[in-house]
Amino acid sequence: MHSPSKWFAIVGAALIGLTLMASAPSQPPPPSDDEVNAIAHQMYCPVCENVPLDVCPTEACAQWRATIREKLAEGWSESQIKDYFVEQYGARVLASPPARGLNWLVYILPPATFLAGAYILFRAFRSWGRPAEPQTPAESDSKDDPYVARLEEELRRRS
Amino acid sequence: MLANLGYFSLVLTFVAALYGAGAAAYGALKRKPVFVESARHAMLLTWPLVTLAAVSIIALLVGRHYEVKYVASVTSDAMPTYLKVTALWGGQAGSLVFWSWLMSAFATAAGLRRWDRDRELLPWVIVVTMVTLAFFISLVVFFENPFQRLWQTLDGVQVSALFQPKGTIPLVPTDGQGLNPLLRHPGMVIHPPMLYLGFVSFVIPYAFGIAALAAGRSDDRWIRITRRWTLVAWLFLSLGLILGGRWAYDVLGWGGYWGWDPVEIAAFMPWLTGTAFLHSVMIQEKRGMLKHWNMLLIILTYSLVIFGTFLTRSGVLSSVHAFAQSAIGPMFFGFIGLTFVVSVSLLINRWGELRGENHLDSIFARESLFLLNNLLFMGILIVCFWGVLFPLISELFTGQKVTVGPPFYERATGPLWIGLMLLMGVAPLSAYGASSGRSLGRNLWKLMALSLVVPVALYSFSGVTLIGALIGYWLIGFVIIVTLVEFWRGALARHRRHAESFPLALWRLAVRNRRRYGGYIIHLGVVLMAIGIIGIEMFQTETQGTLARGESLSLGQYTLTYESLTQFDTADGRNVARAVVQVYRNGKYMGSLYPRRDFYYASQQPMTIPGVRSTLEDDFYVLLVGWEPIAQQGTTFKIYHNPGVNFVWMGGLIFIAATLLAAWPTREYESLRQSTAVRPAIARV
Repeated sequence: MHSPSKWFAIVGAALIGLTLMASAPSQPPPPSDDEVNAIAHQMYCPVCENVPLDVCPTEACAQWRATIREKLAEGWSESQIKDYFVEQYGARVLASPPARGLNWLVYILPPATFLAGAYILFRAFRSWGRPAEPQTPAESDSKDDPYVARLEEELRRRS
Repeated sequence: MLANLGYFSLVLTFVAALYGAGAAAYGALKRKPVFVESARHAMLLTWPLVTLAAVSIIALLVGRHYEVKYVASVTSDAMPTYLKVTALWGGQAGSLVFWSWLMSAFATAAGLRRWDRDRELLPWVIVVTMVTLAFFISLVVFFENPFQRLWQTLDGVQVSALFQPKGTIPLVPTDGQGLNPLLRHPGMVIHPPMLYLGFVSFVIPYAFGIAALAAGRSDDRWIRITRRWTLVAWLFLSLGLILGGRWAYDVLGWGGYWGWDPVEIAAFMPWLTGTAFLHSVMIQEKRGMLKHWNMLLIILTYSLVIFGTFLTRSGVLSSVHAFAQSAIGPMFFGFIGLTFVVSVSLLINRWGELRGENHLDSIFARESLFLLNNLLFMGILIVCFWGVLFPLISELFTGQKVTVGPPFYERATGPLWIGLMLLMGVAPLSAYGASSGRSLGRNLWKLMALSLVVPVALYSFSGVTLIGALIGYWLIGFVIIVTLVEFWRGALARHRRHAESFPLALWRLAVRNRRRYGGYIIHLGVVLMAIGIIGIEMFQTETQGTLARGESLSLGQYTLTYESLTQFDTADGRNVARAVVQVYRNGKYMGSLYPRRDFYYASQQPMTIPGVRSTLEDDFYVLLVGWEPIAQQGTTFKIYHNPGVNFVWMGGLIFIAATLLAAWPTREYESLRQSTAVRPAIARV
């Protein structure tokens, strides 16, 4: 026969165990390949330039992906992981230059040049342009149809 | 012996090209036709000479002459003969000879045309083509000699020189290193020649443009003479780009066909200016306008052609394409700068004589829309040029290298592509000359409204909710409807007026104005490609997983089941890991795929070859990412679902076929060329 104190000890130990289990941090599932690739896709290793990290077949890139997986497992966020690689290898690991310092030029110059081109074109339109002559609506099947006339004229010039 | 012969013929080519350029310029300036004729003969001599050099290289490659450095670096015993032949353009020095061979061939073709009516252009065409040829030949003669042999000093140091240096003995490796594995794909065998053909053909319209400037001809004769050259150049460049995309899709193993790689962009930039040029020259032909702009566009195209070769060949940018690293960069840089400055100076010198013969009558006229088209193409060019250049600038000024990758290009060019699609629909409805917004709007609104059926149907029946995709598909529908209506209206008009049957009227319409209707079919090819591009850009999905044998990985309707993996060595120096996977769609067995990873021992280079199940609707694309060789457990696969990607290739085929149609010579066209001494009266149509 078991003494009541022994039962108390067993139940107490079980309760303590359960409490400890409940209070222990629950283990998150390991990061999936897709989570790793989602970050790796935005990065390039300095050796295999122009091949995104998620599809690069080299051993070095596989190690980088493993590092991303480790950091994700440790609970790092995407931006923390990217910052870590930038710190280690420089900004070239990112698919686009971070918008700071001289890098602003990469984002500003194309639209500025395009807008300047658009302005020049607009000025050219203004300086060349004359008021449009109103066109008389034409019957579609008529012999005076400007479309037919245009077509005939072009075909005549070709033949 | 062969090497000496080849090198000697290159030296002779260099001398002939320099003499040709000098004699032609002297003959033109001093008005001594005998010098021009002598220069023409020198030009005609260059092609057989470069052919001799190219044939010598091929003979050395096929004959396993590993004592020649180039042969040892790009071939090996294990390579089949056809790859040994195509190794001519597989390495730096050989590809420069190939470039020169094409240049001399085109120069010869231009030299053999009938020059009766355009005698004053001839000397300057010779000058431009021969200066370009002399430049490329100088690179191989002085810097990248493909005929250098291998020697060894007595203390074992390997050196390369054409003739035996003192204190050395000949070195003959027993086998070569072999061609870069990435270049062994059949697509890669024809991709570079197509790009080079495109690049080099663009030299001819440029040469005629510069000749017109130098000779003081302000009419559009140079454009008319080179119209077909330009189209053919554009055709080859387009074909080269499409083949390059296909190669990337099949060989590079990243699930796509276009990675905004700097060297892809290098080939794309002259295509952009060339496309703008093809559109804007029509305005000069029809209305005598934009003479300065067209000249500038062809100068830009030429400079970008040389710049593209420079990027590919100088190793200034490391990328999947830039296999070669060499010291020819500064030479290229100097040549690009010099030719650009001289060309622009000539243009400025003739600025006053190139005034337009007409004014823009309306911003709704076709010429205005073509100008907008040019603006958009230039916008894309600026994005590309700046994106390629910026990492170099950053490295130069801050010492920090940066990557300008796909997200930048996609964001920056996206709206410009949308604008171009819209113009592709609107421009065919506009007229040259006076055209009011009202008349254009009248033509436009019904077709625009009709094309709304496409996004509405996609939203209702296919559940597409992405706004960008719906706008894209709407524009695609719009362009298709406008193009078909243009064909229908034209054929109907002919059918009624000439009492021709409708199919005959349609045929005659397309055949008699091949450039216009070929152009419309090219538009159809472009929008088909756009269907695929939107599919892969907006609806591509992917997943990756590590599987034991018999385990499955699902993506959308597809399921992949891993069956087995084998690993073996091949006779051509590869270790191949090849997986067998079964593919199911909605539970139905669709077949087996064999994704593999090849590892080339000699170059220590891995290569991922996807397994692809391809249908018109989509591609199921499987990559073998990693595996455990011993237990054969835990093999990792990456799978992509690429909806509509085959529309890219289908559209590409239509695009190429239609460009051929547009460029195909016609008897009518020839008779027009013969009969038209001056530019025809400006058509106000």
